[in-house]
Amino acid sequence: MTQELRINNNKFIDQTTRLSFKFNGEKLYGYKGDTLASALLANNIHLVGRSFKYHRPRGIMTCGSEEPNAIVQIGNDPSLTDPNVRATEIELYEGLEAFSQNCWPNVKFDIGGINNLLSPLLPAGFYYKTFMWPASFWEKYEFFIRHSAGLGKSPTKPDPDIYDHKHYHCDVLVVGGGISGIMAAKLSAENNKDTLLLDDKNTLGGTTIYQNNDCFKIDDNHTNYWLEKEIKNIKNIKNLTIKTRTSLAAYHGYNYLLAKENITDHLSPDERKDKIRQRLWKIRAKKVIIATGSIERPLIFNNNDRPGIMLSSAIKKFIDFYGVKTGREISLFTNNDSVYETAISLKKSGVNIISIIDIRDKSSSKIVEEVEKHNIKIYWNHTIVNTEGYRRISFIEIMKLSDDGSGVIGKKIKLKTDCLGISGGWTPMVHLFTQSGGKLKFRSDDNVFLPDKNKTPSDQISIGSCNGDFDIKDIILNSNKDVKTFLGIENSSFDNLKVESSKEKMKRNIWLLPSDKPIGKTKPFLDFQNDSTAKDVKLALREGFKSIEHVKRYTTTGMGTDQGKLSNMHALGIIAETTGTNMGELGTTTFRPPYTPLTFGAIVGRNVGEFFDHTRKTAMHNWHVQNKAKFENVGQWKRAWYYPKNGETMFEAVQRESKAARESVGILDASTLGKIDIQGTDASEFLNRVYTNAWSKLAIGKCRYGLMLNEDGMVYDDGVTTRLGENHYIMTTTTGGAANVLTKLEDYLQTEWPELDVYLTTVTDHFSTISICGPNSKKILSKVIPDLDLSDEKFPHMSFKNSIINRIKCRVMRISFTGEHSYEINIQSNYAKNVWELCMDAGKNYNITPYGTETMHLLRAEKGFIITGQDTDGTMTPSDLQMDWIIGKKKFDFIGKRSLYRSDTIRDDRKQLVGLLTDDPNEILEEGAQIVEKLNQKPVEMLGHVTSSYFSPNLNKSIALAVMKSGKKLKGKKFFVPMENKNINVTVTDTVFFDKENKRLNA
Amino acid sequence: MFIINCPYCGERDQTEFSSGGEAHIVRPKQPTELSDDEWAEFLFMRKNIKGIQFERWNHSHGCRKWFNVVRDTSNDKIHAVYKMGEKPPINK
Repeated sequence: MTQELRINNNKFIDQTTRLSFKFNGEKLYGYKGDTLASALLANNIHLVGRSFKYHRPRGIMTCGSEEPNAIVQIGNDPSLTDPNVRATEIELYEGLEAFSQNCWPNVKFDIGGINNLLSPLLPAGFYYKTFMWPASFWEKYEFFIRHSAGLGKSPTKPDPDIYDHKHYHCDVLVVGGGISGIMAAKLSAENNKDTLLLDDKNTLGGTTIYQNNDCFKIDDNHTNYWLEKEIKNIKNIKNLTIKTRTSLAAYHGYNYLLAKENITDHLSPDERKDKIRQRLWKIRAKKVIIATGSIERPLIFNNNDRPGIMLSSAIKKFIDFYGVKTGREISLFTNNDSVYETAISLKKSGVNIISIIDIRDKSSSKIVEEVEKHNIKIYWNHTIVNTEGYRRISFIEIMKLSDDGSGVIGKKIKLKTDCLGISGGWTPMVHLFTQSGGKLKFRSDDNVFLPDKNKTPSDQISIGSCNGDFDIKDIILNSNKDVKTFLGIENSSFDNLKVESSKEKMKRNIWLLPSDKPIGKTKPFLDFQNDSTAKDVKLALREGFKSIEHVKRYTTTGMGTDQGKLSNMHALGIIAETTGTNMGELGTTTFRPPYTPLTFGAIVGRNVGEFFDHTRKTAMHNWHVQNKAKFENVGQWKRAWYYPKNGETMFEAVQRESKAARESVGILDASTLGKIDIQGTDASEFLNRVYTNAWSKLAIGKCRYGLMLNEDGMVYDDGVTTRLGENHYIMTTTTGGAANVLTKLEDYLQTEWPELDVYLTTVTDHFSTISICGPNSKKILSKVIPDLDLSDEKFPHMSFKNSIINRIKCRVMRISFTGEHSYEINIQSNYAKNVWELCMDAGKNYNITPYGTETMHLLRAEKGFIITGQDTDGTMTPSDLQMDWIIGKKKFDFIGKRSLYRSDTIRDDRKQLVGLLTDDPNEILEEGAQIVEKLNQKPVEMLGHVTSSYFSPNLNKSIALAVMKSGKKLKGKKFFVPMENKNINVTVTDTVFFDKENKRLNA
Repeated sequence: MFIINCPYCGERDQTEFSSGGEAHIVRPKQPTELSDDEWAEFLFMRKNIKGIQFERWNHSHGCRKWFNVVRDTSNDKIHAVYKMGEKPPINK
């Protein structure tokens, strides 16, 4: 069985390989080389979707990435389905399944089509105007809007495909493999430049590759013949890399470009298995040559959106490249010479051309004469005033234009046609150029925005039709000349080409073509995807919108997935005309990346799942896992959170762990704390400057708690620093703050105090830290390190000893974050798990209990110790934390000192840290809960909030820390913590709840 | 995304660096002698100009060195890179 609308075209379509596919459930077939669009057209299917707002039937309109209508859903697998795919770009494969979007129950009968009848009620800004009031109705409106908004369906399950990233460096990047791109790539590569040529199609050659017309010749051959030869030649050049199916998405500064390579999207599901689906190329090019071509403009007239109305250049490509007749009785409508090329192609393939309607008076070019020879009726100075046909165009109505083109005159002629090709001239694709920072200039002869040579960022040029050359002669001459200059080449093989061309540049431009009906009764569509018409733009202007950016958003013109590639110029034209502005002054809307939509998969590449972020694990991690620890994430670290036993809840486990640590002994993996090794003759002076307290007099072998501020006086980090030697310290930081503290310290060392002899090294990962705390901790340590004298005289609180465990050197600090007698063993990480197990063994008879971060937080809260980042939030001074004792007032200076007596930091109504007790000791406050004094006040005054809250098993009551306005003065006062369904009575207390005299440190 | 010529490592991608704001703001040697306003000037006031800007950058994912960069914020063109403590090669 042959396809009636298919002509034999062996060059690009392999008619020996039949591919079956389904469209809306209907089984169809096409050939290898087809796109979904060409295969549908070969099956005489034009109607592929419904428009966004009015649900009007829409057909395939273009044959490229600018397609506004033919966007389909591919597949229905919940993890693989792909919405908003342009049928004109997706290559046909065996088993492809596609569905129309935005229609229910189906594309032929869509209930939403009623919006079309209601369209007079749905003007520009309809949603803004209608859903404003009453405000209480918003939730109802939202339901309706959400259900009618959006195109296509997102996949609901994770994407199983693999994506890849590739970093690439080259001398010259050529974007676009049309005739000028191929010339540029050849010149560049032949002159010893490492060259990369990209094209988004599966074959090189652009539109010239199927330009088989007597009117266009290079060296006496048809242009396609010449180009084929060139393509064959460049494939053998060594330093030229060619990538097809690769579309340039973004052009950033410093010639950094992103391109998406489609690797398997054109293969059948079986062939895709285990292959990378798409690859994102991250390209740094020394020089960039943009040869992205141009796209044809539509014409704006009444009912210009019916299925069967297509760009004339698309009809030409479908017949010349894909061998598909888009209709049996085709008419063409134009303001320039391009459609005459299409007419010749159609005639050659035996398609009946009903008529050509040309809004110009005449054209005397050779190509028009050629068409006239075929006895095709040309209606000069005529326009289409209306079209008919709901699911497919069936008739056009034409009338003569008045002298100034603003109206129509004479008798209406009705012509039967099943496909209409339209051409309103050409628009250079300047997207990449402007993305890179280039500025456009306006050429009023043919109303195009072009790259301004004087405002082009360095190391790039635009050539070919994206640079405004639309005639083959200009393209070849200028591309050759510009590339030679750009790359510093003297002689080129293209210097003496003989080029014949026969198009006239003359065109007549009417942005909005007149109809015999008043504009209010017509539907001249500008943005086909978003259903905005010329009427809407005019309405927006009447309502006072002036900036093109505002008109765009108000009318949604150019805001679809096609980003207005077709419609923007007409919107600009109509705005300029209506407001009497020069188009060049009006400018364009901003072109933002990506040029065509990118998949999220390509953007994230391999950085998914466990590769999304690093996971840091301590040396004892596996022990925690084996002992059923639950983990919490602290930055990138996995920290043991609590160790539930026999089905304990988190609350139960934490209560047990907290009691054990105070009654006998607990053990904590504290390895994640940041550790910075500080050495140098000025180390003491350095610490003096970065911490609030004094360090010069700290004896060797002693430890001290330090508080670090920002220059604004706010608490930044804290931790214990130990003096290991005369010029040697080890600083600990919070787990989350480690990297930032090091960066900040380096900053001061390198920029403010370069005279200090100090060296900083991070040793967080090198040493692991085991913390043993509780009344029996001494007994454990004496078993693990029998040689160490643990007497209070020899090894008092806040001191350090070098020691040896099983011949391995370690550092032992007697410091405490729980208020208990406790030790920290710091040991080289690869021995740490072993030492941890030694400690567990040694503690067997003392019920040694491993505890996690939650218990650590509880124990320190009992003692009123702060956690920076939990009880502080970057707005707390040491004084706010009731920690005035740690400020070295006598010190000349330290980071943040001057800020501690700024007018704002000395206010006594700042939020200050307090303790809170609930009147009901069993009531546990929620962290973050607000504290108020008067319940019936409106608006209620928020005095502060709870920062830490726990049930203390050692005190048998609930305790909390909070920050409150003027908190220092509130001790003993009663407040409320209002919750959703109750008010909790609380009393302000001291921040230390347990062992206020610190007796246990030396117990 | 620009390329920065680290004075210690050479040309590297911007992703390796982090920006440290306006350059040549010297921390006062005797903060205690400053009025609230003078201290606030040092603490808070930073320029954010369209055009040539002198900035501090840190090769945070490289040699960790801080240095100065003269950058045109309107087009990200980098006019000069110089070490901390060195005089700007371009007049401020």
